[in-house]
Amino acid sequence: MINIEIDGRKVEVENGLTVMDAAHHVGLHIPHFCYHKKLSIAASCRMCLVQVEKAPKPLPACATPVVEGMRIHTNSDYAVTAQKSVMEFLLINHPLDCPICDQGGECELQDVAMGYGGMTSRFNEAKHVVAGKPMGALISAEEMSRCIHCTRCVRFGQEIAGVMEIGMAFRGEHSAIMTFVQNTVDSELSGNMIDLCPVGALTSKPFRYKARSWELSRRRSVSPHDGLCSNLAIHTKADRVVRVLPLENEAINECWISDRDRFSYEGLNAADRLTRPMLKQGGEWVEVEWQTALEYVANALRQVKTSAGAEQIGALATGGSTLEEQYLLQKLLRGLGSDNVDFRLRQSDFSADGKQAGAPWLGMAVADLDRADRFLVVGSFLRKDHPLLAARVRQAVKKGAQFNLLHAAADDLLLKVANRAIVAPSEFGNMLAQVLAALTESKQAALSDDVKAVVARATLEGIGNDARAIAASLAGGERVAVLLGNFAQQHPQAAQLQRLAQEVAALTGAKFGFLGEAANSVGAYLANAVPGANGLNAAAMLAQPRKAYILLNVEAELDCANPQQALAALGAADLVVALSSYKHGATEYADVLLPITPFTETSGTYVNTEGRAQSFKGAVKPLGESRPAWKVLRVLGNLLEQEGFGYENSESVRDEVLAGDLAERLNNRLSGLTVSAAATSAGLQRVADVPIYSTDSIVRRANSLQKTHDAATPMVSLNGAELAKLGLKSGDAVTVSQGQGRATLIAQCDDGLPQGVARVAAGHAATAALGAMFGTITVERA
Amino acid sequence: MSGPVIFNTLQFDQPWTLENYLKVGGYQALRKILAEKTPPEAIIAEVKTSALRGRGGAGFPTGLKWSFMPRNYQGDKYIVCNTDEGEPGTCKDWYILRFNPHALIEGMAIAAYTMSVKTGYNYVHGEIFEAYERMEAACEEARAAGYLGKGILGSDFEFDLHNHLGYGAYVCGEETALLESIEGKKGQPRFKPPFPASFGLYGKPTTINNTETFASIPYIIRESGQKFLELGKPNSGGTKLFSVSGHVNNPGNFELPMGTPFAKLLELAGGVRHGHKLKAVIPGGSSMPVLPGEIMMETDMDYDSIQKAGSYLGSGAVIVMDDTVCMVKALERLSYFYFEESCGQCTPCREGTGWLYRIVHRIEQGEGRPEDLDLLLSLCDNIAGRTICALGDAAAWPVQGMLKHYRHEFEYHIEHKRCLV
Repeated sequence: MINIEIDGRKVEVENGLTVMDAAHHVGLHIPHFCYHKKLSIAASCRMCLVQVEKAPKPLPACATPVVEGMRIHTNSDYAVTAQKSVMEFLLINHPLDCPICDQGGECELQDVAMGYGGMTSRFNEAKHVVAGKPMGALISAEEMSRCIHCTRCVRFGQEIAGVMEIGMAFRGEHSAIMTFVQNTVDSELSGNMIDLCPVGALTSKPFRYKARSWELSRRRSVSPHDGLCSNLAIHTKADRVVRVLPLENEAINECWISDRDRFSYEGLNAADRLTRPMLKQGGEWVEVEWQTALEYVANALRQVKTSAGAEQIGALATGGSTLEEQYLLQKLLRGLGSDNVDFRLRQSDFSADGKQAGAPWLGMAVADLDRADRFLVVGSFLRKDHPLLAARVRQAVKKGAQFNLLHAAADDLLLKVANRAIVAPSEFGNMLAQVLAALTESKQAALSDDVKAVVARATLEGIGNDARAIAASLAGGERVAVLLGNFAQQHPQAAQLQRLAQEVAALTGAKFGFLGEAANSVGAYLANAVPGANGLNAAAMLAQPRKAYILLNVEAELDCANPQQALAALGAADLVVALSSYKHGATEYADVLLPITPFTETSGTYVNTEGRAQSFKGAVKPLGESRPAWKVLRVLGNLLEQEGFGYENSESVRDEVLAGDLAERLNNRLSGLTVSAAATSAGLQRVADVPIYSTDSIVRRANSLQKTHDAATPMVSLNGAELAKLGLKSGDAVTVSQGQGRATLIAQCDDGLPQGVARVAAGHAATAALGAMFGTITVERA
Repeated sequence: MSGPVIFNTLQFDQPWTLENYLKVGGYQALRKILAEKTPPEAIIAEVKTSALRGRGGAGFPTGLKWSFMPRNYQGDKYIVCNTDEGEPGTCKDWYILRFNPHALIEGMAIAAYTMSVKTGYNYVHGEIFEAYERMEAACEEARAAGYLGKGILGSDFEFDLHNHLGYGAYVCGEETALLESIEGKKGQPRFKPPFPASFGLYGKPTTINNTETFASIPYIIRESGQKFLELGKPNSGGTKLFSVSGHVNNPGNFELPMGTPFAKLLELAGGVRHGHKLKAVIPGGSSMPVLPGEIMMETDMDYDSIQKAGSYLGSGAVIVMDDTVCMVKALERLSYFYFEESCGQCTPCREGTGWLYRIVHRIEQGEGRPEDLDLLLSLCDNIAGRTICALGDAAAWPVQGMLKHYRHEFEYHIEHKRCLV
């Protein structure tokens, strides 16, 4: 600690701080533009010049380290003169087009100019003009004359997003922020550059000219798109969501959100939004009153129960449904006498059910990822599945952590990967067994009995270099994190992988956890939206078709592990009740469509992947006659004369679910599983990712996101050797088939893929006709 | 133009060869310290005695700079030679590479020995291709003869030198922009602290000196620091290369003792061209304030004398202007240079240099306003001392110098919309 004096206040601050930090420490604000607490120091805007006694010239607060005895004046005539002179320079070439600038009213330059700018300008020359730049569907860079060259956007790309997609070209007054030639900004975190831009140079393309900042109401909310549950500020105008910004929460999303969190709001009011209850009568859809629709549903469910038995009713929900919705759905089903309820629509292996000690979760706090020094991530398209968690891992890796990956594709994660084992999905178990074998060899650690046989076999068959390298890396760590990604959770041997990965964690003293796929993946377990011992899981419900289904937010052809099977089961059912915000494929197979609200129009709760419950209120009124799903389910419960549906509000539902100590209900321990990890494969194996902008029904309707590179129509990717074997080359049209289903796609070469696999994305209309996300797939020339 | 310290091989047909350098005592200094295993402290003391000051423009004492290098640092350290000679008027380092590259090589090798450095870079200005080629050839010669590489002259001392051709940006002569450029990045100065001695090239401790500075080292070690000091004046040791350009009959580089009267230098350069009178002199490269001829005629060419006269010795580039020069036109040209060469990173320089140029340009075009001159001075105050590097100062000083001594010419221009001269 050292003693300094700042604006006459004597304070003791930590050594190593800058003057800017020290000023924040004592609650002083120093005007600045290029400085940002999460980015490296540029010291280039010079707005934060302050007076330091004995220094021959004003010094930038952001880049000047404090030293013992330093006397700083942030607000003296000397300092303010310097600050005002910088302000004058910043404004001479700035167009001052605030009245037509989207940033007007929330502009850092405008704000600081109020305090430090002159009433008139001494600049009588022609202002320079900078041409706009195309940056893609999300960022508008049409008015680059407004740019003040703070380079926050450039530093964000390099330092947080992990990729330099824009830079400052040319020099002097000709300096211009731009993308590389003919490139757009494609980072999945790009929207943060808009927030960082202190002026109106980079603005939100979807939000452009939609509203002035002072017309907006701001509501807190929580992102429904991934397990992180980023905190959002939903901006609304005239009861419509017009913009989404991050709400800072250091423990979760820091001050960032992903583009998916930010721009998905465009899907909220999509053209196919369902706003009135509908019944299919004589093959025709007719709009009906809520009362009619609900009574119809209650009667129809009663009828199925009476005629075929309650076990003929199944309910499927998405993981992005709220805790309250999931809870009431399962309560309704169980009240009817059925145990068939599940939210794990893309999961294919349920053998851990009943053997799991609690709700599977991250196994640590999100912020713990910052401090890990070794990672093993098994089966994850990390950047696309969990954009902000990936950014956290990236920061840890920058600080020296080693990142190890076991996966079926070598996509660029924009972070330094220490070791990667890229193998076909069927080899995952074997690879983990090899890592265990390598660990036991080197550490002489005692293996649990249940995995001994598998590890012994791996030792016998030989431990590969990749496995040895991963084991060595993990063994050298002090704060190790072993994480199972979405792909591992969707894997046909998910439970085996879980058990083996858990053993790796045990041998390396690691924390072990799941990267929650959906916003309420953890919450759904707490809500008991999973089948009991007598119930059927999501896959079984579709493999053994039921007579009646209730769907909550589900687009079966896009949300299920096996769309072919799902559509067959739903098509053959006597009754399909779809609670949905949109008129989607359900118009083909449903009998009743109940319009429910998306997350912005209802109160609710998500329990994120680290087990943190976050409740939110509706930001806008329900559109049309749509209603919050928890209310619809409450009415259904009452109509079916079930006990315990007398909730006053969603909070009382939440409190019922989350009563007691939440932390005690989170537990990743899996026991009683027979570990075999036998590789079973024949032919070409499918590797399916769910593209970042195909994850849920809202995102799939967000127009601007759908125009990005990440939303391009999926192709079939194979490595060069596999392509050659099939006599194909990149760009060829191919027919991909699984069972009865086929799709015509374009082939492309990806040498990051292992032998024996074809990567075909799921969750997309172009591949919805195909079968399971894993398993054998055929590729041939179209 | 020959002199005892740097241009000591000009008597030969091919002054740049190793053979000729050896004839004048070349590499004896390096041989001596390697043979005697001279302690680095002793070398630094010798350099301090010599009062050698940085020849790139800032005049920082070289011995002191060398003492900043962390002695016990484990890992790579670098020395870098700044041959990015971009200051208008300056063309001395170019001539060192052309005519005595081995003096630079030996000087850098001695510096490397002193600071326990194995790798050196010589950053060469982008437009002097043939000098770069000659420097490369000299390095090859030195390597073949065992003055560079591993086990130099049979010792366990190892040092190699790499020449790096820049792209001609003025700002890359700023030492940290130069480091960025070597690293393959855009040449933009870094903010300091940290200074290169702790965080330099690739983040490693680095010492950067000017070409002429390094080339002065062999003499100091061979002949002694005291002898070098005695060549010049106290606090301004040795000889200095002066690049004389402008309205003289015999422009060129001259190696003269520090403290040589300007009048003598002007005489050596053949005097002001016939039929004209000396009007003004920029004594240290285009960024230094201009001085009226009559003041210069009373001034000696060393750091302290010129500073007393109201300017700086800078890089030693002496720009001579006769009575035909319109000072508004001259400043317009100078201001255009700094406007064009600003890197654009920090606000006062990026925005201010263009503003300065546009005002001076307007005055030159006959569109000046009476308030422009005070505005120019105000802008200079707002640029100088508020930027990351000294380019902001370099843009402001010529304006301040011109308005200090020739304000009446600017006023005349504004009033009559034409030149006084």
